[in-house]
Amino acid sequence: MPADEAGSEARPVEGRGPLVRLLAPGGLAGTSTFRWLIGYSLVFLLITGAIVGTLFWRTNDLLTRHVLATIASEVQGLREQFRAGGATLLVRSLAERSRVAGPGLYYLSSPFGEKAAGNLDGLPIELAANGTSGLFHYRPPGSGESASRLAAGVSIEIPGKYILVVGRDIEDQRSFAEDARRTFLIGLGLIGLLGLGGGVLASRRLLRRIDGMSAASRLIMAGDLTGRVPVSGAGDELDRLASSLNLMLARIEELMAGLREVSDNIAHDLKTPINRLRNRAEQALRDGGGVVEYRAALEGSIEEADDLMRTFNALLSIARLEAGAARDNLGLLDLTGIVRDAAELYEPLVEEAGLRLETRIGDTIMVQADRQLITQAIANLIENAIKYGGGPDIGRAAGVGSPSSTQATGGKVTVTLRRESEAAILTVADRGPGIPLEDRERALKRFVRLESSRTRPGSGLGLSLVAAVVRLHGGSVRLEDNGPGLRVTIALPLASP
Amino acid sequence: MRVLVIEDDNDTAHFLRKALRESGHAADVASDGAMGLEMARAGSYGVLVIDRMLPHRDGLSVIEVLRTAGDRTPVLILSALGDVDDRVKGLKAGGDDYLTKPFAYSELLARIEALARRNEPQERATVYVVGDLSLDRLSHKVSRGGEAIVLQPREFRLLEYLMKHAGQVVTRTMLLEHVWDYHFDPQTNVIDVHVSRLRGKIDKGFAEPLLHTVRGAGYMLRQGPG
Repeated sequence: MPADEAGSEARPVEGRGPLVRLLAPGGLAGTSTFRWLIGYSLVFLLITGAIVGTLFWRTNDLLTRHVLATIASEVQGLREQFRAGGATLLVRSLAERSRVAGPGLYYLSSPFGEKAAGNLDGLPIELAANGTSGLFHYRPPGSGESASRLAAGVSIEIPGKYILVVGRDIEDQRSFAEDARRTFLIGLGLIGLLGLGGGVLASRRLLRRIDGMSAASRLIMAGDLTGRVPVSGAGDELDRLASSLNLMLARIEELMAGLREVSDNIAHDLKTPINRLRNRAEQALRDGGGVVEYRAALEGSIEEADDLMRTFNALLSIARLEAGAARDNLGLLDLTGIVRDAAELYEPLVEEAGLRLETRIGDTIMVQADRQLITQAIANLIENAIKYGGGPDIGRAAGVGSPSSTQATGGKVTVTLRRESEAAILTVADRGPGIPLEDRERALKRFVRLESSRTRPGSGLGLSLVAAVVRLHGGSVRLEDNGPGLRVTIALPLASP
Repeated sequence: MRVLVIEDDNDTAHFLRKALRESGHAADVASDGAMGLEMARAGSYGVLVIDRMLPHRDGLSVIEVLRTAGDRTPVLILSALGDVDDRVKGLKAGGDDYLTKPFAYSELLARIEALARRNEPQERATVYVVGDLSLDRLSHKVSRGGEAIVLQPREFRLLEYLMKHAGQVVTRTMLLEHVWDYHFDPQTNVIDVHVSRLRGKIDKGFAEPLLHTVRGAGYMLRQGPG
């Protein structure tokens, strides 16, 4: 059935035997937890085996030596009896001892090879040779062939060609040792099984959590950026990992949202002037007219193209700054010199606009900076201040700002630079209408042009560029109310001495 | 003057050839780096205009080969890459000036002419003289018609640059680059205000103006009708 086969191909792990499932790639046997537990169990088994084995061997040895000592002392006793009373006393003593039920085993063969006394049926084959000692098997009197028992003993010659065998039954000791060994082995087996079972359980639990994380990341890769890795709440290292991953995902989602907003803004900022350019050309063609009209239309088109280029360049600069590549160009510079030069460049322009440029610049402040970028940021801020924070005439012409406030303060652009504990504080302030509180944060965002700036010349990306420059320098920008007007405050980290 | 344009974009190359010819210069065009290098070695050109990115041989490598061979022909690099970094790389490779695309033709022409007249004896003089205006580069004294003119340091450098390039068109960007050492595009007429202040000091009260505005291009300091 091809259909069924295809089905099982798709799910190679499920629907098969547990061992296959265990050993399949990606199965439990492949998890690190499982391997770790197997290794741990093996080591545990080895150590336990070694300890118990030694104990076992020592006990057995002790018991055997105890048996041998008993036998030796008995032999000693019997020898003395023989010496005192000859064979007769020895035979009587052996018969007496044999009558007592116990582990003692005796056999005395006469010079003719017959049994003279003892509780053994015959001379054990294992001890037939004179003077040997060792283990032997015997059958207790009145028992069947199968009931052969193990014993230890010695055979010695007694003067007069008697052979005396003294032994002790060690069958009980042996079977006890055998039982102990079996119990021990079963124990070891159980420990191994439990270890394996525990390993399976633990790694399945872990595997399930990791599978959850894998599934979540697959979903996220498929495009669902809102997805998050599950956190079990146990607070263990896996949870910490999951939380870190989630923080990273949140950051990525934020960046992606930023990127989407950025491309929307770029599209808007570039499409509008392109459209204007096209409309102008089309209008000129439709209207016809003479050389003068065409010339005017073409000049207008070039202006539009230049405008478009400026916007494009500003966008590109911001994008490059955000990428951070320019960070390599930062050098140790005196910020006051940069600010003074920039102020000097713009002072005539500010005055031309009917405003006053006021500068308050302190003593040397060393920072890690790029002169071009910092100057461009200051230039943007002063240009903005001229454009929006104009004097009474400009303010009225644009229909913004209350006449009383602008007239009272008489149009002034203020540039200050001072050192605070850890930072160089640069401010550029104007007395214009300012930026409404709700727009301030947005105005600093990448590629954002406030609506009010779209109707005026320039790329309108000045503040975005300033923010990007400051971010590149590791500083921060704040837009504040200058009561009236806008005050832009830039904090740049001081160069470490 | 003969100008060699090494540029792989056909439209740009032909626009430049046509425009340069209309401005009174002879212009040849090479469409790739290898061909450009060959032509630059064979002919004698006043200025080379070299695009940064070219097929077969990169623009910077063309310049390096020429410089290694001892060719000192002034080179203007054209590039779509406008970073300060790219600029520095271009000048390090042996370029003399760097212009970012897109550019206004007037800007390109002004720079080509400035490059062509580089190292003329007049440029190295210690005293620049245009008409009755003179500027002493050592004592920093400026006078017109025998009357001393007091200039701010920056105004002095502005006038020095304009006089150094007397009779040539100088663009706003060139002024910003050479007088202020800024390499960005200001969105306002910040340079114009400085020039008009300078004009107020050197031309005001004199019958013949020396500092002229060239519409759509920049400024020119010259005596008499251009």
